[in-house]
This record gives sequence, C-alpha cells and structure tokens, in this order.
Amino acid sequence: MMPVYVAFVMALFAAPVLAQTTAIVGGTVAIGDGSQPIPDGTVIFRNDRIVAAGAGIAVPPGATVIDAHGKWVAAGMVAGFSSLGLLDIDSVLESNDTSAPKSPFGAAIDVAPAINPDSAVVGMERAGGITRAIVAPSSSGSIFAGQGAVIDVGVDSPPITRARAFQYVELGEDGARAAGGSRPAAYAALHDAFSQAEDYGHSSKDFDGRASNSLIKRPDAAALLNVLDGKTRLLIHVERASDIRSALALKKEYPRLNLVLVGAAEGWMVASSIAAAQVPVIAAGLSDLPEAFERLAATESNVGRLDKAGVVVAISTINMTEPAQQRRLNQQAGNLVGIGRLPGMTGLDWGHAFATITSRPAQALGMDAQIGSLRPGRQADIVIWDGDPLEVTSAPVAIYIDGKPQPTASRQTELRDRYMNPMRGNLPKAYER
Amino acid sequence: MSTLQHRIGAALALLFALAGCTAPTPLVKKDTPSGPAAITTLDDRHVFPSTYKPYPGVPTLVRNVTVFDGAGGRIEHGAVLFADGKVVDVGQDIIAPAGTTVIDGSGKWLTPGIIDVHSHVGVMVAPDVKASSDVNEMTSPVTAEVWAEHSVWPQDPSFGRSLVNGGVTTMQILPGSANLFGGRSVVLKNVYAPTVQGMKFPDAPYGLKMACGENPKRVYGEKGREPSTRMGNIAVDRETWAKAVEYKRKWDKYEKDGGEPPARDLAMDTLRGVLEGKILVHNHCYRADEMANVIDMSKEFGYHVTAFHHAIDAYKIADLLQANGICAAVFADQYGFKLEAYDGVSENMALLYKAGVCVMIHSDEHNGEQRLNQEVAKAVAAGRRAGIDIPDEVAWEFLSYNPAKALGIVERTGSLRPGKMADIVLWNGNPFSDYTRPEKVWIDGALLFDANNPKLRPMSDFELGQPGERVFK
Repeated sequence: MMPVYVAFVMALFAAPVLAQTTAIVGGTVAIGDGSQPIPDGTVIFRNDRIVAAGAGIAVPPGATVIDAHGKWVAAGMVAGFSSLGLLDIDSVLESNDTSAPKSPFGAAIDVAPAINPDSAVVGMERAGGITRAIVAPSSSGSIFAGQGAVIDVGVDSPPITRARAFQYVELGEDGARAAGGSRPAAYAALHDAFSQAEDYGHSSKDFDGRASNSLIKRPDAAALLNVLDGKTRLLIHVERASDIRSALALKKEYPRLNLVLVGAAEGWMVASSIAAAQVPVIAAGLSDLPEAFERLAATESNVGRLDKAGVVVAISTINMTEPAQQRRLNQQAGNLVGIGRLPGMTGLDWGHAFATITSRPAQALGMDAQIGSLRPGRQADIVIWDGDPLEVTSAPVAIYIDGKPQPTASRQTELRDRYMNPMRGNLPKAYER
Repeated sequence: MSTLQHRIGAALALLFALAGCTAPTPLVKKDTPSGPAAITTLDDRHVFPSTYKPYPGVPTLVRNVTVFDGAGGRIEHGAVLFADGKVVDVGQDIIAPAGTTVIDGSGKWLTPGIIDVHSHVGVMVAPDVKASSDVNEMTSPVTAEVWAEHSVWPQDPSFGRSLVNGGVTTMQILPGSANLFGGRSVVLKNVYAPTVQGMKFPDAPYGLKMACGENPKRVYGEKGREPSTRMGNIAVDRETWAKAVEYKRKWDKYEKDGGEPPARDLAMDTLRGVLEGKILVHNHCYRADEMANVIDMSKEFGYHVTAFHHAIDAYKIADLLQANGICAAVFADQYGFKLEAYDGVSENMALLYKAGVCVMIHSDEHNGEQRLNQEVAKAVAAGRRAGIDIPDEVAWEFLSYNPAKALGIVERTGSLRPGKMADIVLWNGNPFSDYTRPEKVWIDGALLFDANNPKLRPMSDFELGQPGERVFK
C-alpha cells in the first residue's frame, strides 16, 4: 500500500499551475458565518479562493467535480487560541517554544519565525479538521507574552498567514504573578510600558532600553508602539468580571487600542459592556467550574450569553485542564448546541456554534474577510466530513487548505495501522509501514 | 516493650477505644493459637466507615425508552422499574405497581450511571490553589500509607457538575501519580455530604494507586534522589515489594503462631492488603514496555494489577493484557501532552476491545469527567472507521460495567440487573451525541438531579453566596 502522504505529495508536484476550478456538490454545506447548514449545497473554489457556496449554485464548465452526497462540506476550523507549531510535546521543554522565562524580552517576542508546520502534532490536528490557527506565546517573566501569529496548517510552507497579528498580555491572576505578585503591579507594569513606548515613539534615538536593568527593551517599546497605535491588536487575558471592566476601561486612557478579550469566564456578567465596547472575545468553550478565584462565576452558558448580548465570540481551548486538542473544538461547539436545549441554560444554535470555531476567531482578529468561512473570496479552507462536524462521532474525509488537498493520514493513523493486526509476523513491527 | 512498640500499643488501644464508641467492628481476632484476644492485624477497612445511606426515592417506572443495560444489552421501547433503591425489573411490558411514578421516556435513553474509575474530584479541586492542593504527597516516592479519602474535600463543586452534566454516579478518587506508590484510593457515591464518610460507597474494596514512568522519576530526580530513571522506578518498586512480602510473612506467622506482634507499618498494611488480593492495584502507566515490566514484577511478588490507567500504548500489547486478565482504563483520543503519551491513537479503546481486554474510559480530571459518554462515543466512532464494530449498547460497558468490575463492585452496580443499586441516568437523547445531556439522575433510587426542576440540582457550600450563584453551571 502506498502511504497516503507520499501519494499526495506526488499529486501536488504533478498538478498544473493553471487556474483550476473545483466544485464539491451534493453535501450539506456549512459556511461558517453563523448561517444554518444548507442541504444538498455546492461549494466552488478556484485555485486558493472560494468562489461560491450555498444552494442552487451552477457548476462552472470545466470544473473538477467532487461528489459529497451524504457528507458535510464545511469551513475548516480555526483554532481560536493555540500553540500549534510552537511545540511538539508540551512537557518536553526542548521542543516547546511557547514561553521564555529567562528572556529579557517580553512584548518584542514574535512567534512567527519559530512556527514549525512539519511537527507531527500539526499533522494530527489538521487531520482532525483544523485548517488555520491563532498561535500565541505564553507569558513568563513579563505580563507581555509577545506577538502571536495566524497560521495555516497545510503541508506546504510557509505557514504564516499573518505574522505579529496581535500582542498578548496577561492582566488577571497570571498577570499578577508575572508582574511580581499583584494585579496593581500588573497595571503599573502596563502603564509604564505604554509610557515608555510613547517615549520611544517621540524620540527613538533618545530611548535607551539597552541597559540590563531597563524594564522595557527597545524592541519591546517598538512592538508596544504598534499596540498603542491600534495597528497591532491587544489580546488581554482576563477572566473576572471586575478585571474585564478594568481592561475595557483602558480604552479611555489609550483610545486607539484595538482590544480583544481572551478567557472572560465571567464575561456574561458584563456582557452588555463588552458588546457596547465592540470588543470581541475568545472564550473557553465549556468552562463551568470555579477552578480559579477569578473564575468563580464560570458557567457553560457564558458563550451563549455573550453571543446573545451581541458580542463577537469565538471559542478556544484556554483554561482546559485536560490536554488541549484543537481538533476537538468541534466537540465544545457541539456541547454549546446541546446546552441550548436545556432549561435555564443558554447555548447557541448550530450556525452560531459552528461560527465560534470558524469565522468568529478570524473576526476577532479582523481577518474574516480572508479566512474562516466559505463566503466568496475567502481562502479555500474546506473540510469534508463523514457526518455533522459538530458531532464527536464525525471525522474529516478530505481537507483543503488554500484550495490544496491535504493528507488525512497522520503519525497516529500510521501507528494504528501498524498495530491493527496484533499478531507477530515474520519480521518485527518496526518493519511495517 | 520498646518505646516505639509502646507507642504503637498505645495507639492501637486508642483505636480500639474509638472504634468501640462508633462501630462494633471486630478489630481483634479472637481464638488464635496463642490464646484469646491476641492482637493480630487491624482490619482497617472499617476504621473510617461509610456512613452513606441512600436518600429516599419513590418506586419509579421509566417506559418507552431506549435502554442500554450496561452489560451489553439493548432494549428498544424498553422499561425499567426500580424501587427501594434497587432495580426491580428491566424489559418492555412492565406493569407499574400501584403508587409507582411513571415517566415516559420517548426519544430518550436510559442507562446505568457512569462510573469513573480514575477521578481526582475532591483531591484536585476547584478552586485549584495551593491551599487546596491535596492530591500528591510529594515527599517520598513510596507513600502507600496515605489514603485519598483523607484529602477529599466533600464540597468540591466538581462533584455536582459530574452528576448534572456527566451522569456520573460513582467514582474512584485516586491520589496523583507523582509517587511510585501514591496511596489508597476511595470509592464514592456521587452524593454530597459534609463528610467523606457520608459519600463512601459501602464496603467497596480499597485500591492502591501506583505509577510508572516520567512522573515519579521527574519529581524525585529533581530532588536529587532515587528514582531519577525508569530503572530507578522499578528498583524502588521491587525493594518496597520485597519489604511488603517480608512484612506479610511476619504478620502471617504471628497470626498463625501468636507471640509478640510485629511492629505495624501503615504503608505495609496497604501492601499486605494488595498481596492478599483485598486491595486492588490501579497502575498509572503509559508505555507498553513499562506495563510489561510491571506485569513481570507483579508475578515476582505475587500480586495482580487490576488495571493499567491511561495506558496510552496498551494497543501495542493488547494480547499481553488479555492473557494476564488486566483491565485498561484509557482516554478516548488524548495524546502527546508528554513524551510517554506521544503514541496515543484514537483507536486504543477499540483495539483493546477487539483483543478481549476489559477496557473502560476514565477522566483523570474534572472537566473530562463531565463528558465521559462523549469520550466513549469518539473512541467507538474511531474504532468503527478502522473496521472494529462495537455496538452502542456494548460500548456502555466501558462506562459502567467494566469500571464496576475494576472496582470490585460489579455485583452491586454498573448494570441494570434486578437487585442491583438503582444508579440510573435518563438522557435527553442518544448519550453518544454531544448534543445530549442527562435529564434525570438517580442514585440508589433517589432522584438527585432533574434538569426540569431547579430545586433538584446540587450546589456545594463553596458556591453559595458567590458570584453567579443563581446561574446554572
């Protein structure tokens, strides 16, 4: 048997560089923009872009037609907050580039050059239906974790969709710890850093920032200047209602900040304020336990209530104590549909639930015109599923990123195949592949 | 009598006195050859006796419901009758005796309550702060003397979530995996009580948590002591078992021949219980090679491993586990969070099932424990795609029957056989869908959760008066 991956790579090299139109017909189409699934729909893409998706769309002459009857054709999942490409194994520090406790730098840190799309983990998550990911660094020595990226997880490099897409800052319990022990210290650090960035902006040649004891280094100041200008989004991790209010209040002092809240477990308590400030939220999908004092009011209804209040809300694996698999974001979204059917709970309808793992994370970063849905003009990131993509029992059968077919095999399927037949053969298992 | 023996003697006397005040547990074995009332061994299973009593229930018949009986059976348009805390009848056309509450289960599913064989609820709690960290006695690699029940915080909000969202009715609370010998487990009914005794599953056997691999060698290696390697892990294990065998020999001899009682050692009491088959070994272990080493070690010292937990690589040695009658408690699809979990595959559970291994799901933490039914759904779906067909009704064994077996309580719960505890969940749809949640949960026939009745929803003391108190979680 020819390994699927090799067959795929050969197909790639054989593909002509001409305009190529593909039509996926007959499947249930899930666009990802909040709309409901469309039975017997069509998705058309040309090269790397979506041309059209929906019902009653004519297949252009000459298009390659893929039959998806009995299947679902859906926007690829966008991991809302991840470390994909930054690590192979979380606890193997040699393989883990998410944080740098001994670095003198904070805001200047930029994950983009470190992204490794060849990591087996990326392949396994892709095989589960992830096509893009928001990748964030973790904070350690500073409240500023650094600059995150948006990536595609396709087999072809380069992986970067947008480098330095945002700055990530901790202003809750983690921020307090990073700042030396308290929230007030975190805010002191934040205001001082912003003030130094302004100094740098006024006169970069007079700005030192190279002394070993300087709180903000030159590249940190430069990175934060972009945040103050609103060019770089500021993702603020806060959970507690009062912390959310304080984070939103930063816009009074720094009016050009382009804020996004991350976490926001108690967001439902201040949902109308978040909505009024037009600040998107990248929340935990299913955080319902008071695992921290900053999350005492955590409820599974948080996402549904934020959505109902008009907040653009995406979900992510933040706060998950179980090992975080981005490929299981669909399970979280499915649960949000499920709880919507329970008395006293607020969930999401199917379309909104699916949007939390596709277009909403893109929208949170202002990128929903490029990625995250099957609307015309978006990158053709498409997953064909063998069933409802929000059901845990479903799995991808075909994946396209930028219109290019991707392998559905992974290191895991190779391990499975090797041990499918447990019997000892004429040679050790090490010879089976 | 040495000072130490004197102290032990005094402690034993005190224990007798306390026990005498509370429960008439036979702590002294009489009529030994050396004469009457010689101190032999302490039957410590009853030192912290269960005070759990089932809450009142009403005779209930759920009918016109899809039943998974937990032992592989499925009944369409089925009916289950329970009364006085016990399952009375399971079938299709069951006549409700007078006074029975009848529930129409159209479009719903009825199953035995889920049993989580690997829970840390109560010991790894919400809120997770330093003051509440009671899961690992990380001061020695061998702490067989500690008992998880003495760490359990009965007010952990997670108990309620696992009941309401997860349909979990019984759980084994285990110490963590920092130590080679982590300590004793405790089996609980998922019913809030001010004391752990009020939650204890009556007369469930104790378990012993053991651990292989990265955790013990990392924790103690970082402290500059043994074990710092996997070979160190096995060496310390074997030295400890060798002591346990010697301890057992001394006590066996004393019980037979009388004389001066050997000095008591609480850790060794637990290990002696294992060697006698009274305490069940639950062994955290990821890699195939390490599980094989543990199996050989268990044969050397004459104990049996009841279940390997996590068992990421179990699919590679399914035949070995089957041949040795060892269960596997696994995740559905988690992988890669540490090097020894790098080879995780979604078909692990299905491959083990195919090989005839007693396999079950487990949570290891309080978020996953709320969705164990969905975890099995994933594992079964992965198996089917790989050509291993597991009927849904058979898959429910991974959630109730097999964990009950691994906990030594399968004669009393884990399936809907008449006479067993009425630990039952009514689901608002197919429980192998993530759109489905428990609608009602009964424990010993008492209705302890009803999605349609806000008063039948538990809330721990901790959450009272806190932000969001009035909100369903």
